[in-house]
Amino acid sequence: MILSSLFALLFLFAVAVLVLGTAYKIKQYINVPAPLKIPTTPAPTTKSGVVWRLFREVVFFESLFKSTKWTWIFSWIFHMSMFVVLARHIRYFNEPVWSWVALIQPFGIYAGFTMIIGMLGLLARRIFVDRVKYISSPSDYIMLLLILSIGATGLLMKFVEHTDIVTFKAFIQGIITFNWQPLPTDPLLLVHLMLVIILMIIFPFSKLLHAPGIFFSPTRNQVDNPREQRHIAKWAEKFETSDGQ
Amino acid sequence: MAKVEFDVPEIKEFVEVPKIKDGAMAHSSPFVAKPDHQKALGFPGELVENWEDVAIGKMGDLLGKYRSFRVFLDICVKCGACTDKCHYYLGTSDPKNMPVARQDLLRRVYRRYFTLAGKWFPKLVGAVDLNKEVLDEWYTYYHQCSQCRRCSVFCPYGIDTAEISMAAREILDSVGVGQKYCNEIIGKVYKIGNNLGLPEPALLDTLEGLEEDIEDETGVTVKLPLDQEGADILLVTPSADFFAEPHVDGLMGYAKVFHAAGASWTLSSYASEAGNFGMFIGSYQNMREISQRIRKAALDLGVKRIVFGECGHAWRIAYSFLNTLAGPFDFLDKNYPVPQHICEYTYDLIQKGAIKLDKEANDDMVVTYHDSCNVARATRMGDKPGGQFSIPREVIKASCNHFYDMKRDTIHEETFCCGGGGGLLTDDLLELRVKGAYPRMDALRKVVEEHGVTHMAAICAICKSQFSKVYPYYGFTLDQIVSLHQLVSNAIVLKDEQ
Repeated sequence: MILSSLFALLFLFAVAVLVLGTAYKIKQYINVPAPLKIPTTPAPTTKSGVVWRLFREVVFFESLFKSTKWTWIFSWIFHMSMFVVLARHIRYFNEPVWSWVALIQPFGIYAGFTMIIGMLGLLARRIFVDRVKYISSPSDYIMLLLILSIGATGLLMKFVEHTDIVTFKAFIQGIITFNWQPLPTDPLLLVHLMLVIILMIIFPFSKLLHAPGIFFSPTRNQVDNPREQRHIAKWAEKFETSDGQ
Repeated sequence: MAKVEFDVPEIKEFVEVPKIKDGAMAHSSPFVAKPDHQKALGFPGELVENWEDVAIGKMGDLLGKYRSFRVFLDICVKCGACTDKCHYYLGTSDPKNMPVARQDLLRRVYRRYFTLAGKWFPKLVGAVDLNKEVLDEWYTYYHQCSQCRRCSVFCPYGIDTAEISMAAREILDSVGVGQKYCNEIIGKVYKIGNNLGLPEPALLDTLEGLEEDIEDETGVTVKLPLDQEGADILLVTPSADFFAEPHVDGLMGYAKVFHAAGASWTLSSYASEAGNFGMFIGSYQNMREISQRIRKAALDLGVKRIVFGECGHAWRIAYSFLNTLAGPFDFLDKNYPVPQHICEYTYDLIQKGAIKLDKEANDDMVVTYHDSCNVARATRMGDKPGGQFSIPREVIKASCNHFYDMKRDTIHEETFCCGGGGGLLTDDLLELRVKGAYPRMDALRKVVEEHGVTHMAAICAICKSQFSKVYPYYGFTLDQIVSLHQLVSNAIVLKDEQ
C-alpha cells in the first residue's frame, strides 16, 4: 500500500506540474505582445484563414512536409499514433467507457507499434544525419528514449507480461475519487507509470512546449492585414506621445 | 578590386547539401562600429564594463517585449527541418550557419539564465554561461544571417531565425558592439536623409541629369520632381536608385510610368531613403525614427498617396510595419492602400490600359525574375495572398516577350536570398556574400542553360548591388542584372506633354 500511495501522490504531483506549469507558460506567451506584424507570407488575410492555416500545420504538419519527407513521415506517424494510443488510455479514466473509446481499442494496439516505428526513424535521423546529430543535445536523445521506453513497456504489458488491468483501473479511479486503491506491482507497469510521470513533469520545462507553443507562433497565427488595420503593442505606445502625435 | 582568397562554390548538376565543416566561416566577421557610429544611435561607444549583466538584462527585456523571441527560444524541437535551407549553410558548410544552430548560440544562453532546466542541468540541455567567447561567436554568426526568413517557411512551428538574429544584434548593440556598416548608415539617414549620405543639392543635380538622359533617349520631357508641395504622390525609393547601376534605370522607369499616367508626384529630400537599416539591427526605436521621416515628409508636402520604389526590406517595413511605426495615415487618400508598391501602381495602370507597353523593345533579352526574400516571405502586393509573386511577374510579362521562371523550389516563398541582405552588403563580408549567393547562382545557371536566359530582373536595391558584385565570380557579367522597372522603362510608349 505504501507503493500505491507513493505512485498516487507522484501521479497527482505530475498532473499538477503538467497543468499548472503549462498554464503558466501559456499565460506568459499570451502576456508577451507581438509588436510587429510578422506572418510568414503568403499568409491568410482573415481570421478564419489563420485557423485553417494552423489546422493544417497541427494536423498535417504542412511546413515540415514541405521541408523534408523523411522527418515528416516519421514524426507524423509518431504523433498521430501517440494520439490514438493516448485516446486508448481514456478507458482507465472513465466509467462507463465511452463507446468511441471502446471502438478504437484494437487500433490503439497497432498505433503502439507505429508510434515506436516513427520514433525509431526520428532517432535514426538524429544519429545518422550529420546535421541533425550536430544540433542534438543529450536531452534530445533522452526525450526520444523516454517516450520509446514508455511505448515499449506498454506493448510488453499487452503482449508479453499481462498486468492486472482491472485492479489498475480501480487504482486510477481511486485517485480520481480520492478513495485510494492498491496498484498492481508488476515491474513493467511500475516502470511504465514512472516514465509517464517523469514525462508529465518535464513537459512545461522542455521543448515539449512546442505543443502549446505553435499556437502562439506569430509567423503562423497572425492575419496578413497590416495596411488595413493598425497594430500596436502596449509598450510601443509610449513613443507615440513622446513626439507629440 | 582587392583580391580575396577563398574558393567560389562550384556549380554542379544538383545542389548538394554539404557535409558539415565545423568552423568553416569562424573567421568571417564584419568591422565593428566606431564609438561615434554607436553613440549617434543611442548605443554605448564600446564594450561596456559589466557587459554580461547588460546583455542578460537586455535579453530579459526583449523576452518581455517580443512574443516571437520568447516562443521561438522555447519551442524548437531540433527536428532538423531547417538545417539544409539556409543559403549560407549551403554555400559555406559551416554548421553554425544552419538556422537551428544559429539560434542555439543564443538559445543555450537563454536556457542557462532563464529556464529551470538550464539552471539545474546545463550540460543535459546544452546550456552555457555567457562569456567573451560566446559574445564573439554571436557577433560572427549573427552577421552571417541575412534575415531572409527562408528557414521560417519550412519550420513546423514557423520559428524565424531573422527574429533571433535581430534580437542578437540588438543585444550586441546594447553592450557596445555594433556593426559598422549598419550603424554608420543609420547615422547618415539621421544627419542627411539617406543611406548614401546624398545631400539635397547633389540629389537635385542627379535628378536633373536623369531628366536630360531620358530626354536624350526618348525625345520626351519627363520630370523627376523633388520636394514639390501639393503633389499627389510621394515616391519613397532606396537612395541607391539615384546613382547605382542598374538601380537608376529602374528610377527612370518609375518616372516614365508616372509621366505616362499623367500623375502628379514628387520625391522628398528629407525622406530620400526607402531603406531602413533599423530593422537589420532589430531596433524598434531606430526603425520607428527612420519611418517617422516618411510620415513627416508626406505631411509637409501635403501628398495624398505614398508609393515605394523597388527595395526588398523597405517594402517589408512599408507594407508590414509602417502603419504601426508611423501611422495612422488617415490624412492620405483612403481609396488606395497605404503605402503602395511601385509594382502595384504600374500593374493597376496596365490592367486599366492606362499605359502602353511595347514588348518588342525588350526582345534582345530573355528574362527571369528573382523574388527578393523580404518581398516574398514578409509582405504582399495586391489584395490576394501571393500577389507579391504574381504582380511583378505580370508587369514583366507585359513588358517583354521572353520570360522563364527558375526552378519552383528556388522562387516564390522558397526563394533564395541574393546573399547580401540583412545588413551584410559590405565588402568586409565579401567571402560570405559570394558563397551565400551560390544557390541562387546555381538556379540561374540552369535557366540560362535550359532557356537561354540572358537577364535576371529584381525589385530590391540590395539584391541588385549584391548580384552586380558577385556575378563575375560565377561567370556572369554585370549587366545581366536588371531592375524590373528598367524593363518597363524600355517598353513604355511615351507621348510628349499629355
